[in-house]
Amino acid sequence: MSALHETARPAARGPRTVWGLLLRRLLGHQLAVGSAAFLVILGCLAILTPVIEAGLGVEANAVDLTQRFAGPTAGHWLGTDELGRDLLARLLYGGQVSLFVGIVAALASAVIGTLIGLPAGYYGGRLDAVLMRLTDGVIALPLLPLLIVLAALDLNKLGLPEALVNDPNVSLYRMIVIISLVGWTTVARLVRGAALSLREREYVLAATAAGAGGMRIMAVHILPNVVSPIIVATTLSVGNVILLESVLSFLGLGIQPPIASWGNMLTGAQELIWSAPVLAFYPGMLIFVTVIAFNFLGDGLQDALDPRAIEG
Amino acid sequence: MSRYVAGRLVESLVVLVIMSFVIYALIGLMPGDPIDLMIKSDPRLTPEDAARLRAVYGLDKPLTERYLSWAAAALSGDFGNSRLYARPVLDVMPGFLLNTLNLMGISFVISVAIAVPVGIYAALRQQTAADYVINLACFAGISVPIFWLALMLIIVFAVLIPVLPASGVSSIGGGDILDRARHLVLPVITLTVFSVGSYTRFMRAATIEVMRQDYIRTAFAKGADRQRVVVHHALRNAMLPVVTIVALSFGTLFSGALITETMFAYPGMGKLIFDSVMGNDFNMALVTLLFATLVTLLANLGADLAYAWLDPRISYGGGGGRGR
Repeated sequence: MSALHETARPAARGPRTVWGLLLRRLLGHQLAVGSAAFLVILGCLAILTPVIEAGLGVEANAVDLTQRFAGPTAGHWLGTDELGRDLLARLLYGGQVSLFVGIVAALASAVIGTLIGLPAGYYGGRLDAVLMRLTDGVIALPLLPLLIVLAALDLNKLGLPEALVNDPNVSLYRMIVIISLVGWTTVARLVRGAALSLREREYVLAATAAGAGGMRIMAVHILPNVVSPIIVATTLSVGNVILLESVLSFLGLGIQPPIASWGNMLTGAQELIWSAPVLAFYPGMLIFVTVIAFNFLGDGLQDALDPRAIEG
Repeated sequence: MSRYVAGRLVESLVVLVIMSFVIYALIGLMPGDPIDLMIKSDPRLTPEDAARLRAVYGLDKPLTERYLSWAAAALSGDFGNSRLYARPVLDVMPGFLLNTLNLMGISFVISVAIAVPVGIYAALRQQTAADYVINLACFAGISVPIFWLALMLIIVFAVLIPVLPASGVSSIGGGDILDRARHLVLPVITLTVFSVGSYTRFMRAATIEVMRQDYIRTAFAKGADRQRVVVHHALRNAMLPVVTIVALSFGTLFSGALITETMFAYPGMGKLIFDSVMGNDFNMALVTLLFATLVTLLANLGADLAYAWLDPRISYGGGGGRGR
């Protein structure tokens, strides 16, 4: 196999596989590469937060009223907040939460969008009409006001089990659920559009003639061909989700204290802009840099995955 | 064409009616309860009184029945009283609406005035340093959390160098027009940053797409200079997708206005929605949310109609779905 592989490959300067081409084009996109590196580092820091916390000898939620508003010291690298909590540790935990919510909600949206878009595009007809009216309807809604209402709902009145309502992480789950509920429309339209044109292709007709069922054709023949736009849309939507999560948390409707999130760290900082403006700086800056990194990465992936731009 | 418009109007109306039910149901699921609030404000009320009040207000009836009686009242123009303002909802809304129109209108005009020339400029200088810088600035505008941007603007221009007011629409006691304008500066900057990045990117992409077309090459071949080609041949065609996208992004602009108004304590519709949801003002929350839905639906409808009006190639006569 390996010998065959070697002879089959011409004496080219670079790899000739699709993935090699993709990688090379992505590497040409410096902003996307830098962003990916930044996000990987941020992800590692978020995963290793408990270790880093222990290593620094601090605790994110340990209140120390004798140490309020301390500047950067050897003990607290970035200083402390209004309750004497270590700012760096809280920023790291906030990153963990923001990245988790952003990635999980974006993936969930992609799954919902695919499940709605695929059958709509493949089967067409009345099913398509109904599903696309639904999609248009959701797109036509004022997003933030709706999210504010959904975030303010009383979970007890929804009849959810007591154990879940009282779970300390319930605000985390709630954010993921409500953002996924409204965030699937982009992927649904993309997938539907692709399925609509792909179902007329010869290889799909051949598969149908060979007796493949709708499920199999959608999963094996159509879905793999829409993966790249889904990847791009999902990467871009992670940034949007992080923005939505942070603004809801900031307004007091998202992630609830004591869980730190970049958004709710700013809620406390807002009252203190006169005395400690620096507290308002770091969390917002991290949201900004993270979101812009996801957007650069998505943009770079879009260019790299665009089949019309195949070059040498 | 008129059949198409009628069809889309009916469709929007159906979405609005469905949404009114959804919003009504959601409002009922919010924490707190109007009768509980009455009991809290008057400790002499007994549980029997509460039950009687529930019956009087029809709160013991099933959801659909309550919705229908609300809808009947609403159709006759009675949207109830606001709890926070102790006045009929419809009396309170216009002032807030006017403030929002001011904020959104000014910011929208500035955004478009920046985005159109800058987008064209970047498109004509693809892959140059200028294009690169503009692109970076657009990404920054799209990615910045605007509540934080508002916070930073307040810190810089109202705390560190106190030159601009940080909240409200005018100084206490009401100021002259200059005073009101000064109060608008920071909110308008915030909302403009929020929208100008994506508008510029749309404009750039649309111009690049148009400049690739054959008729542009023809115009050049006939000896037209660059300026003439851009102004006479490219601009109108490039505006086409931009008008649609800008109209479609109305809902997003409204979300931005909500954040901006809340940050600057600016009494507009966005802040009204937020305050009424947070303050258990159920009647007000219902009406303001419905109103936001209605306006967004109309903006989307407007986008489709503008598209048809600007591009004579598109026909909406009979058969087939909407080709989008």
